[in-house]
Amino acid sequence: MTLPKFEYFAPESLEEASRLLAENGPGAHLLAGGTDLLVKMNHGLLKPTTVIALKRIPGLNAIAFDSDQGLRIGATALLSDVASHPDILTHYPAVAAAARETANVQVRNMGTITGNLCNAAPSADNAPTLLALNAEVILTGSDSERQLPLDQFFKGPGETERRPDEIVTAIWVPPPVPHSGMSYQHISARGKVDISAVCVGAMVVMAKETCQEARIFLGAVGPTPLRAAGAEGIIRGETLTEERIETAGDQASDECRPITDVRASAEYRKKMVAVLTRRALQEARERALSR
Amino acid sequence: MKHLIEITVNGDTYSLAVDPWRTLNEVLREDLNLTGTKLGCGSGDCGACTVIVDGRSVSSCLTLAVEVQGKEIQTVEGLAPSGNQLHPIQEAFIENGAIQCGFCTSGMEMSAAYLLSRNNSPTKQEIREGLSGHLCRCTGYIQIVDAIADAASKMKESHKGE
Repeated sequence: MTLPKFEYFAPESLEEASRLLAENGPGAHLLAGGTDLLVKMNHGLLKPTTVIALKRIPGLNAIAFDSDQGLRIGATALLSDVASHPDILTHYPAVAAAARETANVQVRNMGTITGNLCNAAPSADNAPTLLALNAEVILTGSDSERQLPLDQFFKGPGETERRPDEIVTAIWVPPPVPHSGMSYQHISARGKVDISAVCVGAMVVMAKETCQEARIFLGAVGPTPLRAAGAEGIIRGETLTEERIETAGDQASDECRPITDVRASAEYRKKMVAVLTRRALQEARERALSR
Repeated sequence: MKHLIEITVNGDTYSLAVDPWRTLNEVLREDLNLTGTKLGCGSGDCGACTVIVDGRSVSSCLTLAVEVQGKEIQTVEGLAPSGNQLHPIQEAFIENGAIQCGFCTSGMEMSAAYLLSRNNSPTKQEIREGLSGHLCRCTGYIQIVDAIADAASKMKESHKGE
């Protein structure tokens, strides 16, 4: 299990990291927590010629919240820091929950939210909630910076809109919408540690009992996290009763496109999408009404 | 090109020249002869390679040695306070029959130490969650959870006595 040989750089500024990335071509890979990169390298699936480590860039691990500016999670902020951050627990409980439910203790002490998104597994635990919350990724190139809605970021398994010279430097989440609630739900064979067989993130905005706005995203049931637009349509503008929540869950189940693999059958995944969408909407509704 | 790193392992400082592709696991085992830390899956699933870096438990097989430059590392060899006295976690593992083949033990003990450093009286459920990144192929999980609960109460008791 010896790693393939590569050149290693640990730049201390973003400018230097961007320059190294541009100079070293397609064999250059960025290293944050390494919990995906080194697994692939250990098992011979990836042979980078250059590894550019990001953890020594000062400030890149910052987590900042402001009720007007929203939440900014720096690229090298650890999953365990996101899971226990007081502002995230208070204002974005489902973001903290998704981080806490990712992998295991050691991986959360090494891995990052940004890495989980950039790895672009359809099952990424942190994607559905952030998508439901209208999060955006901040991409820094050698001479440019752009902000892209997360729902335009994923292209396919392992593929994103990140250009080869760009570094995802942060995830931005808008300020919490008044009277909104959010939820993250997932299921897997072992319940902990293993990759989610299905995961769901939801956000609802309530005006008394009426759902004014809803966003529902499904993970591990398509080549990228999928938006359940039909299910959102069923509840938007309607009284959010148990019956309507159940109908929305069934609609989400109809919308997803799962495959059968080692973690679950397509049929099971479809059924679990209905269950988890229902649970996510119930919890999101309760949170919205209790604010 | 080799990189020069200075690391502290179990209180001792080492200056090493390492190739960037070598993992912390390899450097601990092969360069420092600290073979208590095991290598299992290489994927972050089994926990056999767990060590503590700057107070946090990590998988040494997924950590490049160059990345721990300047950091403080604790391995199972640094758990016992002295050569003739075991750590309460280690004693509890023995007393509870929590060691079978022993391959998972050092990683389990490091995660137990990490858990108890953050939560001195965990519930059985919290212990299980703290160990979720570990596999014991002898399947002796119940004794391991019991041992950690036992160690927690003994450590609290002796802390009171101080």
